[in-house]
Amino acid sequence: MQSNTSNQTTRVLVPTGALGISFAAPAFARGVESKPDVICVDGGSTDSGPYYLGTGTSKYSRAVTKAEWRELMIARDKAQVPLVIGTCGTCGADASVDWMLSITREIAEELGQTVKVAALYSSQPIERVQGALKAGRVTPLVPAPEVSEESLAECTNIVALAGAEQIGAALDTGADIVLAGRATDTAIVSALSLRRGDHAGAAWHGAKIAECGALCSTDPTSGVILLDIDREGFTVEPMADDANCTPHSVSAHMLYENSDPFILYEPGGHLDVTEAKYVSLDARRVRVTGSQWVPSDRYTVKLEGARIGGYQTTIMAVLRDERYVANAREWTEKLHRFVCREIESRMRLAAEDYDLEFRLIGVDSVLGALETKPSNPAEVGVLGVITASSAEIASEIGKLINPYVLHYPLTRDEELPTFAFPYSPAQSERGALYEFCLNHVMTLDDPMEAFRLEVVEVGHG
Amino acid sequence: MAKVGDTVFKVRSKNAGPFWVTIDIFCGGTDAFETIAGRLTSEDVARLFDQPSQTIKRFEIPDLNVVKFSLPRPVVQGDRFDRDMHGAQWAVLLAEYDLDAR
Repeated sequence: MQSNTSNQTTRVLVPTGALGISFAAPAFARGVESKPDVICVDGGSTDSGPYYLGTGTSKYSRAVTKAEWRELMIARDKAQVPLVIGTCGTCGADASVDWMLSITREIAEELGQTVKVAALYSSQPIERVQGALKAGRVTPLVPAPEVSEESLAECTNIVALAGAEQIGAALDTGADIVLAGRATDTAIVSALSLRRGDHAGAAWHGAKIAECGALCSTDPTSGVILLDIDREGFTVEPMADDANCTPHSVSAHMLYENSDPFILYEPGGHLDVTEAKYVSLDARRVRVTGSQWVPSDRYTVKLEGARIGGYQTTIMAVLRDERYVANAREWTEKLHRFVCREIESRMRLAAEDYDLEFRLIGVDSVLGALETKPSNPAEVGVLGVITASSAEIASEIGKLINPYVLHYPLTRDEELPTFAFPYSPAQSERGALYEFCLNHVMTLDDPMEAFRLEVVEVGHG
Repeated sequence: MAKVGDTVFKVRSKNAGPFWVTIDIFCGGTDAFETIAGRLTSEDVARLFDQPSQTIKRFEIPDLNVVKFSLPRPVVQGDRFDRDMHGAQWAVLLAEYDLDAR
């Protein structure tokens, strides 16, 4: 790739914060007309929980993903620049990259496009991570779950987060489209700019600002952001008519989903924005300089892993009777004690063999013991959450407690009450419960040693 | 009665990865920023979330009139006992916190 001359900029078009949440078509069209050097979009995150990594599936529907990806593929063909998606299919496991590849193949055939695709795979064989752990090359972050060769063996998926080096390698193939597995949100945006020799601090900082699309502007839902990175800094501009970037909207974005608003760790180093200066160029555009990239001694990639933590069944009843609403806590405590005894005597299960929680919706179901606000609701939803070592046991517990959740009386001397079940069956089988089990980094000698790159041609022709 | 949420423009919280939650207090002006920066301590936040105060990171950003706290999630995201997958409702606990009631 050509190196940056003094007046050259790398122009990155980010259509939206995530593929699947839509973007404004006129704003995107304006972005494409601005002649970007690359179009980048994020395809996932851990934000929706461990289920997606655990199962290797996408949170968003295939139909929506395909419809939006089609728009981006049409734009790429028009602009003749690379189109990059990171963390394909929410979790970025290999299966999700292949899912995205099948969608890409279908669209290319429908549009009559011939497209060179670089697929970057981030899934980690368990044995590789076990070997790295043994060799002392897996380091815990804070806070980290305990990890052992045995616990790693329980993971249904482990991915490593690709950085700019791996995305850069995919771009180096000359691919029209890069389908990346798990990658840092920033790496897909910064990679081309870094390859071209732009200011590294500006490339990473600009990437962090732009990766959520228009969240860094005054109209967060408008989606489309244009980022110009050069040898000294970057400029960011929203593409929607009524959106503006201000020094406040841009700098405030460093707070978002970041535990430290000044430091951002990436493979190969960290970004430090302590000295960054944010200046308005006009009503819409903000110029940022002074961001620093600090390379690290070791090259590490972050690991994410998920495993099955149990199997769940839920059951819900709603209390509307005034007396039961007023005594909901006492009622569920009595009910809990009673059904636990029943479970022990009928199913021979001790308390440590399962978890059963009743959460009071309308009282404290979100904050639990942390709740400080007294409530006086008209009704209370009682959500019973059962977690056990198999789906059969969880379901059996649900069936066992069902009549008591429906009829359990507050006192012995009253007629049996009947509460409201919102549906039949009252219980819902939630299947496997996945949990995140890694918050670690893995040291690599060569950035590509834990990643696999495949180039294929898809579509017409 | 000086609730944090009544003093400032906005309090929001969100996961910062599966193991952390971060709470941003947009004070909206210098006076509110000075009130919050001066009166809301890491110990207050630790007590509110029932976490050890040494695990809490605190940032003051005068340019934005923002005070920010980050803490390890009381339960890991998606754990069987997690009640808020995105950690976005925890902000309410801090917004309703009364600075005078300590």
